[in-house]
Amino acid sequence: MSADPILAADAAQAPATAVELIGVNKWYGDFHVLRDINLTVKRGERIVVCGPSGSGKSTMIRCINRLEEHQRGKIVVDGIELTNDLKRIDEVRREVGMVFQHFNLFPHLTILENCILAPTWVRKMPRKEAEDLAMHFLAKVKIPEQAGKYPGQLSGGQQQRVAIARALCMRPRIMLFDEPTSALDPEMVKEVLETMVSLAEDGMTMLCVTHEMGFARQVADRVIFMDAGQIIEMNEPNAFFSNPQHERTRLFLSQILH
Amino acid sequence: MDVSAPPAGTPASFVSPGMIAPEPAPISTRGPIAWSRAHLFGSPFQIILTLFGLAVIYVVVPPVLRFFIFDAVFTGTGRNACLPEVIGRPVGACWPFIGAKFNQIVYGFYPEAERWRVNLVYLIGVVLLAPLMIQKVPYKRLNALLFFGAYPVAAYVLLTGGNLQLRGFLLSWVGLGPLVTTIGQAIGFSTGFWPDYVISALLVAAIAAAAAPVFAGSRKGAAKTALGAFVILGVVLAAVDINFGLPWVETRVWGGMLVTLVIAVTGIVASLPLGILLALGRRSQMPLVRIASTLFIEFWRGVPLITVLFFATYMLPLFLPGRFTIDGLLRALVGVALFASAYMAEVVRGGLQAIPKGQYEGAQALGLPGGLMMRLVVLPQALKLVIPGIVNNFIGLFKDTTLVLIVSIFDLLGVLRAAFTDPAWATPTTVVTGFGFAGLFYFVFCFGMSRYSMALEKRLDRNRRH
Ligand SMILES: Nc1ncnc2c1ncn2[C@@H]1O[C@H](COP(=O)(O)OP(=O)(O)OP(=O)(O)O)[C@@H](O)[C@H]1O
Ligand SMILES: [Mg+2]
Repeated sequence: MSADPILAADAAQAPATAVELIGVNKWYGDFHVLRDINLTVKRGERIVVCGPSGSGKSTMIRCINRLEEHQRGKIVVDGIELTNDLKRIDEVRREVGMVFQHFNLFPHLTILENCILAPTWVRKMPRKEAEDLAMHFLAKVKIPEQAGKYPGQLSGGQQQRVAIARALCMRPRIMLFDEPTSALDPEMVKEVLETMVSLAEDGMTMLCVTHEMGFARQVADRVIFMDAGQIIEMNEPNAFFSNPQHERTRLFLSQILH
Repeated sequence: MDVSAPPAGTPASFVSPGMIAPEPAPISTRGPIAWSRAHLFGSPFQIILTLFGLAVIYVVVPPVLRFFIFDAVFTGTGRNACLPEVIGRPVGACWPFIGAKFNQIVYGFYPEAERWRVNLVYLIGVVLLAPLMIQKVPYKRLNALLFFGAYPVAAYVLLTGGNLQLRGFLLSWVGLGPLVTTIGQAIGFSTGFWPDYVISALLVAAIAAAAAPVFAGSRKGAAKTALGAFVILGVVLAAVDINFGLPWVETRVWGGMLVTLVIAVTGIVASLPLGILLALGRRSQMPLVRIASTLFIEFWRGVPLITVLFFATYMLPLFLPGRFTIDGLLRALVGVALFASAYMAEVVRGGLQAIPKGQYEGAQALGLPGGLMMRLVVLPQALKLVIPGIVNNFIGLFKDTTLVLIVSIFDLLGVLRAAFTDPAWATPTTVVTGFGFAGLFYFVFCFGMSRYSMALEKRLDRNRRH
């Protein structure tokens, strides 16, 4: 499969370090969700995050585009440090695409309108150009023919692919995925994973919370295991699956890989 | 070959032997007989309800028709036409009464020579509103701008006559009044006012530019925004300041449908945007904004509209310094608009609460700043959800305008009641005829709003699969 020219060009321009988390801590009230998270993601790197429910995976990647606020430590995204400065937050969000478990498409807009909304209003792109770009990415996720429909008229798998296309239309340098396939019927998981694989082949920097271990083996550069708000183990996929170091990791893998 | 039935003799199979061709539904489930069996006479309870309904129709409809149509008098020039003892038959509604008072009902005591101005306002309103309500007509943005921006100003100038005397508020206070020359007087410009206005515009723009960096804005942008606001306000003020040569018509002589529609339309048009702002304010992260919005909403919801009107009309003048005299109708208008916006705010808030968190997150993750997120993603969905509630408020407001009667503003009901006292039309059925007519008027408008909102909902619902 040939690489996407737009994505490849964008990827080449990104700084060498995409995301940096240094000593990040977060509390919900008294509950310590993230404990001393340290993580550096290089440009073009694909990272899969796994771990038991409630371990803080979502919280961690949502801190990267400030959907959640961290209370201690430092997060630098694409060279911009996240602080309370709203301008910087918007700047980071423009460079970071996110795909959610429940798609979060805008139900009152058509697929095409969903895709051009942010490029036209945030990037001030002319409408025609935004539409062309949207059609390009809708073709990439293989549903250009649905452009005029509303999200409610699409299957779950199609909606999730639209969500990916919508995020790509902002030409992000980093993509975050929070369990993108766990709300889907099994036969739709494959089509979404294929889209994500092709994105990885284009050199997109990706942080992906998922329990699809096949996907992790195929595309991940590193797999991270989290438990109780900490990164317990981090390794390249082969070593991670064949030789987990930590007792918790072994237990988790034995449960998930049956 | 008929594939749907197995040949005689073969044992019944559980598996269909071939594709079954579609057949028409059995006759017993179609047609008027089946329909009435299903909807009117399905069960004993249904039968009782049907009979009860028929009885109600029998009791109510014929007398109403008899009174308003069959026994009604349609022509005549005075009370004698509607007196049973004069015309020698039972008399229903006395429609000539409405005909004779029609001008009063429509215009109140608006001077006859100037009534074309009212008609023009009605006409422009219809011409601007109709294409706004029909989806297919293009140029919605321009249309909305004209209806919500230019129309109120034009209507104000036409109805009152414009040519306000705007007072200076800066130079004259520091003793520079005489400096201002009298060039503008010929075309009716308030010469004391405009130099002051320009000076304050520049001052505010300068302050905005100076303060902009504190709020992380650009100096140029802040100054531009401030000047822009002053220019728009200036255009409006100029429009009401210019002397178009229209005689001044006091609002005291307005009346009838004119007043009812002015109050209702102002209330409706002002309450929606104000309500949206208040609803957003009540959900704001900033405690001051939230508390202010909450207090405002709870205050206006907590007092009866009659109290508001009384206060605005009879108490407010006592508190304001003598220099400020605000028109009586305007005071009522403001009272009604604020009252309605508090109710509207709660309706809109209900809609906002129904929008899932994921919609906010989806918008934020795309980099949409808060204002755009609200405008493009959250509000369109929230408002669509609460269209029934919004229209409910509009309808309630439309009918509540009748309360202005209490503060001596003669709306439709007010002029009717004044007309009832006319001895030339004193007949036993005058009052019922008048109220019947008023009821019809209110019903037409309210029912119209209701139907339009239902059509709107249906149209906006196309994007739902279920
Ligand atoms: N807004 C919140 N307020 C309080 N606690 C929260 C909030 N959001 C999450 N938590 C708690 O923080 C912990 C981590 O949540 P998080 O969603 O990051 O887990 P996760 O690893 O993504 O789990 P899952 O696999 O179930 O999605 C959980 O115990 C959760 O209950
Ligand atoms: Mg999660």
